[in-house]
Amino acid sequence: MKHRFEVVVTLRPGLLDPQGKAIQGSLPAMGWTNVSDVRVGKHIVLTVDTGSEVSAREQVEEMSRRLLSNPVIEDVRILATEEVGG
Amino acid sequence: MSGPRVGVVTFPGSLDDRDALRAIGSMGGQGVALWHAERDLRDVDAIILPGGFSYGDYLRCGAIARFAPIMEEIVRFADAGGPVVGICNGFQILCEAGLLPGALIRNRSLRFICRVVDVRVETSLSPLTDGLVAGEVLQIPVKHGEGQFVAGAEDLARVEGDGLVVFRYCAPDGTVDDAHNVNGAANAIAGVRNDSGNVVGLMPHPEHAVDPDVGPTGGQPLLASLLSRALARV
Repeated sequence: MKHRFEVVVTLRPGLLDPQGKAIQGSLPAMGWTNVSDVRVGKHIVLTVDTGSEVSAREQVEEMSRRLLSNPVIEDVRILATEEVGG
Repeated sequence: MSGPRVGVVTFPGSLDDRDALRAIGSMGGQGVALWHAERDLRDVDAIILPGGFSYGDYLRCGAIARFAPIMEEIVRFADAGGPVVGICNGFQILCEAGLLPGALIRNRSLRFICRVVDVRVETSLSPLTDGLVAGEVLQIPVKHGEGQFVAGAEDLARVEGDGLVVFRYCAPDGTVDDAHNVNGAANAIAGVRNDSGNVVGLMPHPEHAVDPDVGPTGGQPLLASLLSRALARV
């Protein structure tokens, strides 16, 4: 059974996000003066083939902790899941 | 050849492995090339993880290299008290591997920085600073895009409280201030060590600062310290 996951990795709150800051800095020049708290992260999409959605999610959680994110600086959210064919 | 054996690991994308081997040789040690995919440490007395862009810096700097087969042996070597030095990308790999506290993120300026900086030695308790005096200022080049040291509030307090900071960016006279904090690092931290004092990582490149014909020589005392640590294990 295959399940598709989206993993969203962002810098933890309180850590300066230089990329987010640069983007935020460029928006007022384009007329958008009401934007704050811009944060840039990573979006990882993957498919896991395993027995159940529960075991697939457990595996994604472990992969997120050990490789996909660095818990020292990043938070991770595991988003939508859907069963895919096969 | 004689002198202590210092292993330098080459990962796919390492750049400074040859300079590190050459610097070790010029300082009187034996540089020993180690390969990321092997598990053989070739009987070395100290290990350097060199700079570069292992695995293209994909995902996060050092995140993939840290799972290379040789890293298991390096963790074992470090746990047994062996001296391990991570320079630049090597520092990032050691942080990712959990051998050192904190992490390195994009420079505050968002720019790649390539220049000589002044760094202040904060402790003699590391494989690179044996015999050096806290407060000493060394000139060493940096060249990195992601060298801003960060840590969570608790980790940072522990790093400072336990004296784990080994180097800080500073003015030529040793003053630490924001103007000389080249990449925006927390507390201007340029290098840290582990609790037991045998693993150290730093963003500046001592291996590029040993030959007076091509620039400053701030790397010499650091590599001399590493060689004496390595010699003590022969």
